[in-house]
Amino acid sequence: MIGWLPYAVAVWLLLCGLYGVVTSRHLVHLIICLAVLQSSTYVLLLAIGYKSGAVAPVFVDVPPGTPAVDPIVQALMLTDIVVEATVVALLLALAVQAHERGGSLDPAKLASLRG
Amino acid sequence: MKRLRLALFVPGAIALAAVSGLGVRGLHPLGSWHGAYGELLNGVAVGERNATDVVSAVNFDYRALDTMGEEFILFASVIAVAAILKKDDQEGEEEPDEPRPAPDSDAVRLLGVALVPATVIFGLYMITHGQVSPGGGFQGGVVLASAPLVVYLCAGAKTYLRIAPPAFTKLGEAAGAAGYALIGCLGVLAAKTFLENVLPLGQRGHAWSAGNIQVLNVSVGIAVAAGFAELLASFVEEIVESK
Amino acid sequence: MQFAPWPVAAPLVACALLAGLGKKLPAAVADAIALATSTVTVFCCAMLLRSSAEGPLVYWFGGFRPRQGIAVGIDFAVDATGAGLALLGAILVTCALLFSLRYFDKRSNLFQALLLAFLGALCGFALTGDLFDLFVFFELMSASAFGLCAYKERDLGPIQGAVNFAVTNAIGAVLTLSGVALFYGRTGALNFSHLARALGAQHDPLVFAALALTCTGFLVKAAIVPFHFWLADAHAVAPTPACIVFSGVMVEAGIYAVARICGSVVPAAPSGHAFTGVLLGAGVATCLVGAAMCWAQRHLKRLLAFSTISHAGVVMIGVSLLSPEGFTGASLYVLGHGFVKAALFLCAGMLLHRLQSVDELELYGRGRRLPWLGALFAAGGVLLAGAPPTALALGDSALRRALEAHALARWSIVIAAAVTGAAVLRACGRIFLGIGPREPDAPGGGTSDESPETQPAGIPATMWVPALLLLLLAMASGTIPHDPIGRSAALMLDAPGVAARVLEAAPAPQPAPPQEEPLQTVLVHSAETVLAAIALAALALTRKRLPDALRAPLGAIWAPLARVLRALHTGEVGDQVAWLTAGAALLGCAAALS
Repeated sequence: MIGWLPYAVAVWLLLCGLYGVVTSRHLVHLIICLAVLQSSTYVLLLAIGYKSGAVAPVFVDVPPGTPAVDPIVQALMLTDIVVEATVVALLLALAVQAHERGGSLDPAKLASLRG
Repeated sequence: MKRLRLALFVPGAIALAAVSGLGVRGLHPLGSWHGAYGELLNGVAVGERNATDVVSAVNFDYRALDTMGEEFILFASVIAVAAILKKDDQEGEEEPDEPRPAPDSDAVRLLGVALVPATVIFGLYMITHGQVSPGGGFQGGVVLASAPLVVYLCAGAKTYLRIAPPAFTKLGEAAGAAGYALIGCLGVLAAKTFLENVLPLGQRGHAWSAGNIQVLNVSVGIAVAAGFAELLASFVEEIVESK
Repeated sequence: MQFAPWPVAAPLVACALLAGLGKKLPAAVADAIALATSTVTVFCCAMLLRSSAEGPLVYWFGGFRPRQGIAVGIDFAVDATGAGLALLGAILVTCALLFSLRYFDKRSNLFQALLLAFLGALCGFALTGDLFDLFVFFELMSASAFGLCAYKERDLGPIQGAVNFAVTNAIGAVLTLSGVALFYGRTGALNFSHLARALGAQHDPLVFAALALTCTGFLVKAAIVPFHFWLADAHAVAPTPACIVFSGVMVEAGIYAVARICGSVVPAAPSGHAFTGVLLGAGVATCLVGAAMCWAQRHLKRLLAFSTISHAGVVMIGVSLLSPEGFTGASLYVLGHGFVKAALFLCAGMLLHRLQSVDELELYGRGRRLPWLGALFAAGGVLLAGAPPTALALGDSALRRALEAHALARWSIVIAAAVTGAAVLRACGRIFLGIGPREPDAPGGGTSDESPETQPAGIPATMWVPALLLLLLAMASGTIPHDPIGRSAALMLDAPGVAARVLEAAPAPQPAPPQEEPLQTVLVHSAETVLAAIALAALALTRKRLPDALRAPLGAIWAPLARVLRALHTGEVGDQVAWLTAGAALLGCAAALS
């Protein structure tokens, strides 16, 4: 049971984030929900790479050859964090401009393009 | 419309959860999976590259192309934010208000004085020792970029813009990003492949080791620090001018 | 001389240079650097296309060759399809750079820097042989596209477009990365060939879930129904040179990724019917929804955006067949469509520049002073409907032959081509000839303000030369030899053969390309769609003079359909994400049932 907990957490984060984005009425809230959504991938990646009883893949104080967790998922996750943080930064800039131009941060009021 | 939205979303979310759930059940339980790729690299990275931090070796050597893409994602986003938040000339007609003044409290200023050198040193340490211990260009760059942020909070916008002027950060960011690709070209100049590790590998565990990995770390560190400082400046100038 | 790294490295370095030096660089120098870089990229991609015509070219970055069958580094596995997509992108970016020289009133180097970043990302995306690398370049394409989309924002419209674009594509990317993580968790591999070997013929829920999740993000980018809502909003507000790369290559790149994954990475599993059936169905729905919405628009850029959606549906249908004929037809279609659509967007840009509007009704008759622009526009419309000798016509014909068993799919391809071509011709008639009714063709829906990007002025050569060049390239694309494309399409489906080449440097497999279409069939198919388009446009323009007996039933069918479709396209991000969730769930269930 405990062996599948992190994966379940990842799926739960995904769903919560999606629900937040769909029902959001404030752009900054929407962006934070997007960040929650993105963190589900971090949990998933790290959980996949974990090995019981292994150390971090840094061999400065342990001899090389000690069982260590998967370094690839950690590298993937580093890339992932940067990628997704930049999207959040961009959306926040758009939110600032939305507030300045339109006076409101409600996504529904933002919708001037229809049909 | 709201009802249609939820009517679409709720069954969709349940089905997506079911599919994902079935999918993750096919994975091994936590802690019991041994991926061949990761184990191979854990075994050879230290010996081949004199880099004791295998994650950095993966990021900047074995899978260096990914990191180049990631570096440029940061770069492109920072210039996009700058483009979005920059003020048009026509809109700057009103007198800009006084920027946020420095905080009056001695305690805050003292905290700034104490924090900034520590942050800078720690950031530089993380950047330059990325191949030895956990850290690297991205992590160290972000820590380094928080030093100007502390300055902004504790000493005000004017001081901040003096120590991290936009022209300087723009140049630093571009130099770091272009530097990554140009270091990659060193491999081609040495008649090998792009992004191949051709610099001297040094001694394991020392500050100067692992060839390309260290230099790429420094390049990324500069780019990230400058990039985040510029991001802050874009937001700050925006807030400063719209008050 | 190895050309593989340069299509990625050169544009990215130039991007950094332009953005870093900013105003210190005189505008002429910056323009020269940008154009020179994209021309060099065109050259490198052309060289790569030539070298990969005989078989996939493999380039390992960092010098890391595979060990014991495990791919240790990242490779570029270049075949004609990938190199062709990169070449198409490079040509379109060059034309966009040329067009934007005189297009903006004030322009910092940031626009060119973002375009170059997009180019580098696209080349990396098209050439790579590693799944996570595909994801990284996909995100770089998205990041630069967000920047391009939000570039000119003076009112709320661009912000809405950019927010919709960014949020939906970011969620798609999260789902794709989850899929990639699942693939890695099963096989420990990220390289396409290594993954294909490790997955073998496994048929279990994890592989299907991973496949569905991975494809979802790319389908969002490809604007396939129900993930398509963001595209029209983004196109309506992005500056015109950016639109040409969005419609010309970005959407098609998404479909390319789906083709690559379904064909080369997960070979045995989902030729199971439910998944490909859902992809086919989605393609058909996209054709029809795109065509209907295209007809209902009066904002020229939105009209062209919906026509892109419709044509993306056609390409999706071709890809969902998972056969060499389907892939070949889809590749040809992408090639022809890219050039023609780009030319049409440039024409719309010239209209905006000269007449300060892109509303079909507002521009009624004002184009009479610009007959040659009208000629370009009309030529684009006819070519969009499938007139020979473009690759579009060849692709159209090839797909219709490959779909002999699926009548609905065949008909939706015809409808897509005819209706979208007719919409362009209708706009042409209204704007340049001043004929046709002055009322909108669909109930409801006002115009959206398009703030002109420049002051009205004459049209400089840097604007019409690229448009003409693109139309000529479109016509030339039908005459070049297509064997490399056919061979590459067959190779995309031959995962074991390619894996041997990539992982063990075995000699390249040499599949036989699918049979070429006889010229007569192509002409007949083209004639069908072109004549249908002209007839439909004529019908729309002479609507007032039709007898009531004909007009009433047509109106009775069209008006409620248009109303419902327009009501569904609310432009709100919450709705779009709800549709995204439902679509992803549908894909997942279809994959699970395969």
